[in-house]
This record gives sequence, C-alpha cells and structure tokens, in this order.
Amino acid sequence: MLTTATHLDDRGQAMTDGTAADPPPELDGPDGAALARELMRRMQRVRLFEEATIALFHAGELPAMVHLSIGQEAAVVGACLATRTSDYMTGNHRSHGHPIAKGARLDALMAELLGKATGVCGGKGGSMHLADFSVGSLGESGIVGSAIPVATGAGLAAQVRGTGQVALCFFGDGAASEGVLHESMNMAGLWDLPVVYFCENNGFAVSVTTEESLSVPDVAMRAAGYGMPGVTVDGQDVLAVYCATREAVERARRGEGPSLVEAKTYRFHEHAYGLVLPRPYRDQAVVDSWFDTVDPITLFHDRLLAERVLTAGELQALRDEVGAEVEAAVEFARRSPYPPPEAAWTDVYAPGHDPQEVSA
Amino acid sequence: MSAPAARRKPARAQQLGFLQAINRAQHEEMTRDGSVVLMGQDLRANVFGAAAGALEAFGPSRVRDLPLAEAGSIGVAAGAAMAGLRPIVDLTVASFVFGAMDQFVSQLAKARYMFGGQATLPVVVRAALYYQGGTAGHHADRPYPMFMNVPGLKIIVPSTAPDLLGLLKSAIRDDNPVLCFEDANLWGRKGRGPAMPEDVEHLVPLGSAAVRRPGSDVTIVGIGLGSWLAQQAAEELAADGVDAEVIDPRTLVPMDWPTILASVRRTGRCVVVDPANRTCSAASEIAARVVEDCFDALRGPVVRVTTDDTHVPFSPALEKQIYPTQAKVVAAVRRALA
Repeated sequence: MLTTATHLDDRGQAMTDGTAADPPPELDGPDGAALARELMRRMQRVRLFEEATIALFHAGELPAMVHLSIGQEAAVVGACLATRTSDYMTGNHRSHGHPIAKGARLDALMAELLGKATGVCGGKGGSMHLADFSVGSLGESGIVGSAIPVATGAGLAAQVRGTGQVALCFFGDGAASEGVLHESMNMAGLWDLPVVYFCENNGFAVSVTTEESLSVPDVAMRAAGYGMPGVTVDGQDVLAVYCATREAVERARRGEGPSLVEAKTYRFHEHAYGLVLPRPYRDQAVVDSWFDTVDPITLFHDRLLAERVLTAGELQALRDEVGAEVEAAVEFARRSPYPPPEAAWTDVYAPGHDPQEVSA
Repeated sequence: MSAPAARRKPARAQQLGFLQAINRAQHEEMTRDGSVVLMGQDLRANVFGAAAGALEAFGPSRVRDLPLAEAGSIGVAAGAAMAGLRPIVDLTVASFVFGAMDQFVSQLAKARYMFGGQATLPVVVRAALYYQGGTAGHHADRPYPMFMNVPGLKIIVPSTAPDLLGLLKSAIRDDNPVLCFEDANLWGRKGRGPAMPEDVEHLVPLGSAAVRRPGSDVTIVGIGLGSWLAQQAAEELAADGVDAEVIDPRTLVPMDWPTILASVRRTGRCVVVDPANRTCSAASEIAARVVEDCFDALRGPVVRVTTDDTHVPFSPALEKQIYPTQAKVVAAVRRALA
C-alpha cells in the first residue's frame, strides 16, 4: 500500500518509489490503468498548455504576465482528480493548472489568456481569474488568499442544500499567512463544512522562503488549530496526492468535516514567467536540476513503465494527443476575435440590473 | 431633535420601527425562498433586535451565529451565493466593514464581472450607522460612499420603516450584492414614518427615489437621517415663504438620477444632506452630477451639508456639532438661494 501521508524533511529528495515491480492497488487492473492515464493526461495538459504559454510570451502574443504551475502538476492534478466534476474548486494567481485539472476546455482557457471573446470569461478575467462554472471551477483569485472564504462558502452552500458536493480550496504557502485562512478554517471546522483545504507549498512566496514566513515547519500542522486532520504529502508524487486528497474528499462527503492537505512541491520557473528579480534568492543551478530530479511527469512516467501500468507507446500516444489538443487550443485562441468594446460595461451587474440604464 | 412624523403621530398600533421592519422582511423572504439564509453575530440571542424568532422558525442550518470574522463572513457569503444560496449577513455595526474590505471588493463586487457573468451573487449585507450616540471613533462610521466607488455593489439607505421593509425584501430578491446601511438614529424608534403596510408583497424597487415634500424653490436631497433633517428644514423655511422640494434617494446605487435631475431643472437650486464624511461623500457625487447635467438650469451654488472631515469624538460636548443638523440645512438653503 502506498504511503499517502509523509512528512518531508528534505526538500531536495523525491519521495517516490519507482522501482517496485507491482503497481499499488490504485493503479492495478483496467481501472488502475484508466486512472493512471487520466492523471498523466491532465498533468501533460497543464505542462504542454503552459509550455505553449511560454512560446506565446516570447512571441509577444500574451497581453500580460503569467504565473506557471510547471513543476507543480502532480499536486494540482492529484487533488482535482480526487474530486468530481460537480464538486467546487477555487484557486489562486498560479492559475492555469487548477481549471485544466478540474476538466475545463483548453481552447476557452487559452482564448482567455489572449483576451479573446471566446475566452472562458469572455476576455474579462485573463490568466489570473480563470473560472469555468460548468466544471465547478468558481474562480482563481489574483489576490493571494482571497478565494479561501469563497470555497468555504461553497462548502456551506453544499451543506445547507444537502447536495453532497465538496469544495476544494487551493492556496499557497504565502497565503497560509493570510488572515482569511484562519477565519475560514475556523468556520469550516466549527460547522463541519465539506471543504478540503489544499496547500501547494512550493517553498517560496515570490522570494520569501517558508522558513522565513511560516511559524511552523509544515502548513499541515495548522490543521490542529481548527479541529481538522492535516497531512503533508510529497507533491511530486501524483498518486500520493490523489490518495491523500481522496481520503479528505470522502471524509468531507460523509459529512465529517474539512481537512487540510499540504503538498510539498517545486516551482520550476520564476514567480511570474519572465520576471527578473534584482537579487537572486535561490540557486539557479539547483532550480535547473529539478527538471532532471523532481519533475512530476517524468517521475510518474518512469513509474508507470517500471510497474508496467502503461507502455512507452501508450504514454507517447497520450502525450501526442494532448500536444494536438494544446496546438488546436492555441490556434482557436489566435483565430478568435477580441470582445466588442461595449463588453467592458456588461456583467458588472446581473442582466436587467445595470445602474447605467437608470442613469440614462 | 424631533421629527415631523413624531409630531404627527399616526395610529400607534400600526407604527413599526426599523427593527420590526427588518425582522419582517427577513422572515417573509426566508419563508418564501428556502435558499435564503441568515448569518450574523449574536443572532441566537437577538442582541441587536433584528432576528427575533428566526432561529426557532428556520433552524440552525439557515440561521447561523458567525464567529468574529468579518472578512471570512463576507467571503463565505459570496461563495455560498455562487453555489446557490441567498445569504443575508448581519454585520451589525457599519464600522466593521473595514475588516472585510478585500472580500467586499475583490470577491463580492468583482466575481460576476471577472468571470464573464458566470457568477451570481445574491448577497445582502446589513450594517447599522451607529453615530450620534457616544460610540466614538470605532463604531460611528458612515462608510457607504466608499462602496459607491466600487462597481458591482448596490447600496440602499432607507429612512422609514416601510421603505426599509420594501427595500430589504427587494434586496433579498435581487441577484446582485446589496449593502443595506441602516441609520441607527432611526433604527429602534417607533413613530417614524407612515404605518406599516400589511402586504407581504410590499416591495420598494431599488433605484427609485421618494419625493418627501413637493416644492418649487429649491431641491433638498436628503440621505438616511438627512432626509428627515431636510423635511424639518423645509417646514422651517416654509414659514419664510421658501417652498423646498425634499427628495430621499433611498437607493444610492443605482441612483434615481431622473427624479433628482428633473427636480433641480425645475427648481434651479440644490442642497444635499448626507451624514457621511464630506470628501467624496454621496453628496459630492450628487452635487457633481447635478452640476454636470443641470448647469444651465442652476441659479445658485450646489451646497453640501455633510459630516465634517474629522473623526467622531467621544465627548457629548464635541460630537453633535460635526454632523448635519436642521440649522445647517436651513443655512445651506439660504446660501443656495442667495
């Protein structure tokens, strides 16, 4: 049985077990292969979508900066696949991976990044405020920590309405210091709300390390203060993340209340892509080495081969499918029109409630 | 200070105060719509008097005492609304909004827009304007103008119990976030305003001003308690042969500009009475709009009567002088007529 909750003492060490001959129960049999394929497909979607974003950045086609999840795909995908499409999810400024992993369409997401009318938010939100309510994605938040109460409220609505839905709340190690995290986790613990607080701890809030900003070594330790379980998992191990989150989601769905899952992970790129900080705050040689040592996609790829869950051909075919999907998304985004000028004034209020109409 | 309604004294049995109006609006709408939930501080004990019987009627799932977490409360309400509920949040004292400012602005006001219309946020936030009673610096703010500067929010400032009933019911049914600021000088008192209508469909539409007194010489726009001060001033001025029209906007966003502007075009003079601090007050916005749109009709300066740009002092010897008064309104009208 795979260990789903592991405290990591050494951030540089990947805690995966790629040498076992037998796949763990989760990956065994046809259902296991299907799960493995979906975990890999969504991680590849995040990776290739963001690599395409980098290309668009260098081509001067992106209207604004982006915060990439490259290196954090296992955390994002493992957590989202542990939920249902009908479950709710909120995210943050590192914003592409969450809706992709939750199942949003890549073309509408890419069109949003380019500010097009066909974007998932009609070009009103952009990279940092992606949302796709059709898959439960209630929005990314450009303000760090600001969506944490929103996910908590979605959990409250699920509880009051008795829908059985769960809310998954992504936040980073930086947001772990925000006051609304405390307020929200207290309310969720108090009312046994079906919320899974999921911390992507990538070690840095822009340039400030967790050692410099957190009063405890693990964010998960804070769970005790709110009467909920907290676990820390290897965020580069997609299956470990999936199993830990699934346990928390099932607990929430049973009405037993919230949990905190912390995935220790790595941000391979700068806080925002292309951002140049005047003074270095981390060793670039070490960061560069992460692509070889702790790349979650490579780690899972090698493991699936070693445990004979999928073949090299199957894995390559899957990557090619996703590559074509991303390419089509970029083309769709490029071909799409910009929104008409009048769109700047719509959606401020619900239809039929525009104060501008009153002022005529 | 005495209000004209107090002097008129209609049948007492029908006189309901603000608190009864709030209770009735909440009770009727929670009965009508199972998705309406009530969250606030000290609701179970009904400390503020606006939640009588709610817990007994609707149960602990729909009536929740909030922990002291203003930001979390507003954000939770926003998220709950995005997931199908229609929350009413009783923030109690309006000065407590500041702790929740990011959630008001970044989530409640912006979510619909940023997500291209996917989000619907039917949230009502109630807060009392607790000034003029020795509450001093941390409880006496009148912060509604700050929120007028945030697109996406609607704002109501009722000045009579029937209006509060009808506006609050409309607010609860509205698909947008609505902030309800209740002037506590009118809150717990009976004998303010006309008799309460019995109709459970008594709705006052948002964005509709009330003409409290028709007149032809000057338009006085009064907000909250300011509308009462305006009416008292108008009575005093009538004795001198000045015929003032008094307009209570009732809703600040959306503002009923057609009613206000048409009145000023007719009278050619305008005074705005607003209990908020002077700079960038609701009065400032009304004055600016009047000057922009009615410049040719104006025959005198547009004058604001507001609270001075200072903090609220504790000492009774200091506090009352900073707010609008009947005398200040009369003086402002005379300046506008000069």
